[in-house]
Amino acid sequence: MKLTLKIWRQKNAQDKGAMVDYQIDGIEPDMSFLEMLDVFNQDLMSKGGEPVAFDHDCREGICGMCSLYINGEAHGPDRGVTTCQLHMRMFKDGDTITIEPFRAAAFPVIKDLVVNRSAFDRIQHAGGFISVNTSGNTIDANAIPIKKEDADNAFDAAACIGCGACVATCKNSSAMLFVAAKVSQYALLPQGRLEATDRVLNMVAQMDTEGFGNCTNTGACEVECPKGISLENIARMNREYLSASLKG
Amino acid sequence: MALDSKIPNGPIADKWTNYKDHINLVNPANKRNLDVIIVGTGLAGGSAAATLAELGYNVKAFCFQDSPRRAHSIAAQGGINAAKNYQGDGDSTFRLFYDTVKGGDYRAREANVHRLAEVSTNIIDQCVAQGVPLAREYGGLLDNRSFGGALVSRTFYARGQTGQQLLLGAYSAMNRQIGRGKIKMYNRHEMLDLVIVNGKARGIIARNLITGEIERHSAHAVVIASGGYGNVFFLSTNAMGSNATAAWKIHKKGAFFANPCYTQIHPTCIPVSGDHQSKLTLMSESLRNDGRIWVPAKLEDAQAIREGKKKPTDLTEAERDYYLERRYPAFGNLVPRDVASRAAKERCDAGYGVNKTGEAVYLDFAAAIQRYGKEQVLIHHLDANDKELIIKLGTEVVSNKYGNLFQMYYKIVDEDPYKTPMMIYPAVHYTMGGTWVDYNLQTTIPGCFSIGESNFSDHGANRLGASALMQGLADGYFVLPYTIGDYLSPDIKMGPISTDTPEFAAAEKNVKDQIERFMNTNGTHSVDYFHRKLGKIMWDKVGMARNEKGLNEAIAEIAALREEFYKDVKIPGVANGFNQELEKATRVADFLELGELFAKDALHRNESCGGHFREEYQTPEGEAQRDDENFAYVAAWEYTGKPSDAVLHKEPLVFDNVKLVQRNYK
Amino acid sequence: MAKSALLKSSIAKKVAMALSGIFLMLFLAQHFFINMTSVFSSSTFNSISHFMGNNPLVQYVIQPILILGVIFHFIMGIVLELKNRSARPIAYAKNNGAANSSWSSRNMIITGLVIFAFLGVHFYDFWFPEMVYKYVDVNPLNETRYFHELVAKFESPVRTALYCVSFLLLSLHLWHGFNSSMQSVGFNNKYSRSLHKLGYVFAIVVPFGFIFIALFHHFNH
Repeated sequence: MKLTLKIWRQKNAQDKGAMVDYQIDGIEPDMSFLEMLDVFNQDLMSKGGEPVAFDHDCREGICGMCSLYINGEAHGPDRGVTTCQLHMRMFKDGDTITIEPFRAAAFPVIKDLVVNRSAFDRIQHAGGFISVNTSGNTIDANAIPIKKEDADNAFDAAACIGCGACVATCKNSSAMLFVAAKVSQYALLPQGRLEATDRVLNMVAQMDTEGFGNCTNTGACEVECPKGISLENIARMNREYLSASLKG
Repeated sequence: MALDSKIPNGPIADKWTNYKDHINLVNPANKRNLDVIIVGTGLAGGSAAATLAELGYNVKAFCFQDSPRRAHSIAAQGGINAAKNYQGDGDSTFRLFYDTVKGGDYRAREANVHRLAEVSTNIIDQCVAQGVPLAREYGGLLDNRSFGGALVSRTFYARGQTGQQLLLGAYSAMNRQIGRGKIKMYNRHEMLDLVIVNGKARGIIARNLITGEIERHSAHAVVIASGGYGNVFFLSTNAMGSNATAAWKIHKKGAFFANPCYTQIHPTCIPVSGDHQSKLTLMSESLRNDGRIWVPAKLEDAQAIREGKKKPTDLTEAERDYYLERRYPAFGNLVPRDVASRAAKERCDAGYGVNKTGEAVYLDFAAAIQRYGKEQVLIHHLDANDKELIIKLGTEVVSNKYGNLFQMYYKIVDEDPYKTPMMIYPAVHYTMGGTWVDYNLQTTIPGCFSIGESNFSDHGANRLGASALMQGLADGYFVLPYTIGDYLSPDIKMGPISTDTPEFAAAEKNVKDQIERFMNTNGTHSVDYFHRKLGKIMWDKVGMARNEKGLNEAIAEIAALREEFYKDVKIPGVANGFNQELEKATRVADFLELGELFAKDALHRNESCGGHFREEYQTPEGEAQRDDENFAYVAAWEYTGKPSDAVLHKEPLVFDNVKLVQRNYK
Repeated sequence: MAKSALLKSSIAKKVAMALSGIFLMLFLAQHFFINMTSVFSSSTFNSISHFMGNNPLVQYVIQPILILGVIFHFIMGIVLELKNRSARPIAYAKNNGAANSSWSSRNMIITGLVIFAFLGVHFYDFWFPEMVYKYVDVNPLNETRYFHELVAKFESPVRTALYCVSFLLLSLHLWHGFNSSMQSVGFNNKYSRSLHKLGYVFAIVVPFGFIFIALFHHFNH
């Protein structure tokens, strides 16, 4: 396959950055998108260029490190996958592919396609936990029976990989789906109920401080989420937040 | 220097309790005067960081990823073992201990493994208290599944994402402490050297991967939790960034490296599709419960399939060789990982491989679909002669069990595994070897600890499924917090450690010199070029089956490649900024040394055991031949300037509680 | 948590947006039903209109609240839009929004602004004359004038067309707005699925009903 790549190049956080056009040949449909970029980078380096920086690690869709806005969609045109699981067979010979970093004020670019998603960590610091110390003396795991349905729903919310596709794809750069996933996971479990009020208030306050936009319920995040985190979680967080506000 | 494993006296079941009763403790007011550095934030590092911070220590945690949540523990699929005996099927601490020692082919340290089995139950309690959504039954209680190498159901799981959920649990515990200021988190930082002051580990030199700045960090103790070294093979199921640098740097500063040749090759991975391949994807071991593994019986059929002239479904039963069922009638497709992997390699080496690279075998679900389909037809009183209906119903059953894996396979290979057999091939998955540690998880450098996959201690020569998560969390939550306190108790009045000392300056200079050298080499090849070459040497000569000749060649080739690397590597960009090529170079430089020691260790171990198979040492039937008389020891290597000059130290393994027998799966 | 912090929070803002929207939808529904009577019976329409125009509760309590609701919904919409725009200072070179969301959901600000502009026309047509009639000129009560005033306004084809276009945009606004408001107040779970459909029915029936009324009077009188 022969492709034209339009890639965002930016030397560092201070640099202004611009889209740059490249040509690449010899791409096989079996390659993953990131392997295509590997080949492209090797080619670029052999010509004396500086490789395109992009985040990636596990390359099996679970670590959440890879990002990329490909042809106008977070993680590209396929559904239910991260960029590392996107394969070149989704594209045709002669295609032009536009590759940009995840864009949000809260996700500043570090270099090229690499962005800083520490805002997500800081939201988790504000309340993404259950306050239980490690002791070896907590009650037996089976002492708290949990309805299978609740456990399954909590798992569905907990499946979030923190990649930031929801923010990147949201026209408002809202982080509601990400925050709602964690709030929901704990809200659904008896272990998490004790701190539910503080948790939702603190996490939302931190989310707002980080400069994410407001959710307008377009639903784009749910569609682009590689783990299919449901919008129901956002509704649940809204409920949690309202009842917490009334209590607090 | 004689190795002292510091195993407490007394009966094995009492050792850990007695140990805890008699160690020195640090009082809570003094803990806040003590700093601990933890490198790596996976299950072991993350759980240790959170627990030490809860206890009151000042923790500085480092990870090269952009968040602790991305550590590669997250990719573990299957589950975590614990001797809870919730199923009432006869499990116990002793059984878990016994299975783990046996599964490790009798090359693990008994006392450590028993302690692991003892704390396993606490891990499940702790994780549930943290809100980890482990799988449950309709009655609301926790569900279990069974895994290879065990006769009981003791594996807890969270769908196919157990590692993810456990890691996010540890991450949440860390977040609580980061929020309280008890953990200072250094994301996108890579440890590049250890600083030793007066014989004790007192700090590290780290590179800020965003700014390129070389930083000095001091602490009263340093904990390495940086995972395994599987990426020495270039292609593995490890993450792209997984590396051995932290472990190797402490090795070069005096920590012995134990059993590097013990590597687990997982039999069910998606095969390499071409030269562009960057990593391999694991398909859960659970697939072997229903899939039948085969290759064509005739060479010409294999060739026709490779050339695309025939399809696997064209071959009749008689034209297929179900080689595991043929060779191991008793265990069949469910032989342990090491046995299954070697058998696949044997067939492919003989020319029976089925993909275009010739390195793949089939994992076929057609029989399972038929079997389940017929069962469903009977259960629902439907037409037993309707072949299409049987396939439809059977497919549904298989889909319910393995749907997500089949989907993953489809996305990667673009073939429907419900209709045509999957192709699989073994891939490097886990490293049992690692830094040598004593019972306290302390390396041979005082004050430098090693936990999780980065140490060698619990899995012997082969790790059982669902034991890696158990070990990581056991070390971090329940072992290290005790043992490190014992070590730190004399240091309570020491006060903060200055980084403005000649030792820090020397270590920093060392790091800066290496980086400068890379930046100035200006050669012709990228880092990946060398890494791929190293991987090929390792895979061909130090892979699933090894022999003396190949290992000697590998040692020479790796040494030569290392020399070429330093002369001819090309690093574009700048050192004082974000530079992924430079990051790779520092990691590959260490793999190029580790790989040589790996081969040297494999060469010296004149036996076959677990993940280490020497072609010279096999039974007439081609099975691994252990030599307990001469090799029942831990090989701990001391660095003396080059990998080839490493000095061997032996820690004899004493088995008082299990009887050594030859594993037999026929 | 201080109440001031609550008012600043993103979720409180969106809930306020949703509640004002729900209030406006209720208003819209009753306005729709009253207008619909004009199609069937001019006298019914006149008597309800007279009641609405002269009942002190409607005039002095509900009407001001309604006006405040409109202004609040409008200002909040602008505030949120500005905040949301600032959350992405550098736009994508290529963005395929259609791949994951509806046009109406992405363009509430456009449909909203058009509807607001329409409200200006609507006030100019009906509300200002009504206020002048009642409170400035202090004309005597006339219980039968409403129907004729309505019909007179729809004589002009330009105005009728303007109304029709505005209602189309209202339909788009409601298409997203109804279900969005439910989601914002936390109403999205397995019990609320049927409500989704109701939202779409509302977004079709009410605006197209208004269009029907406008066209009915335009062509029949």
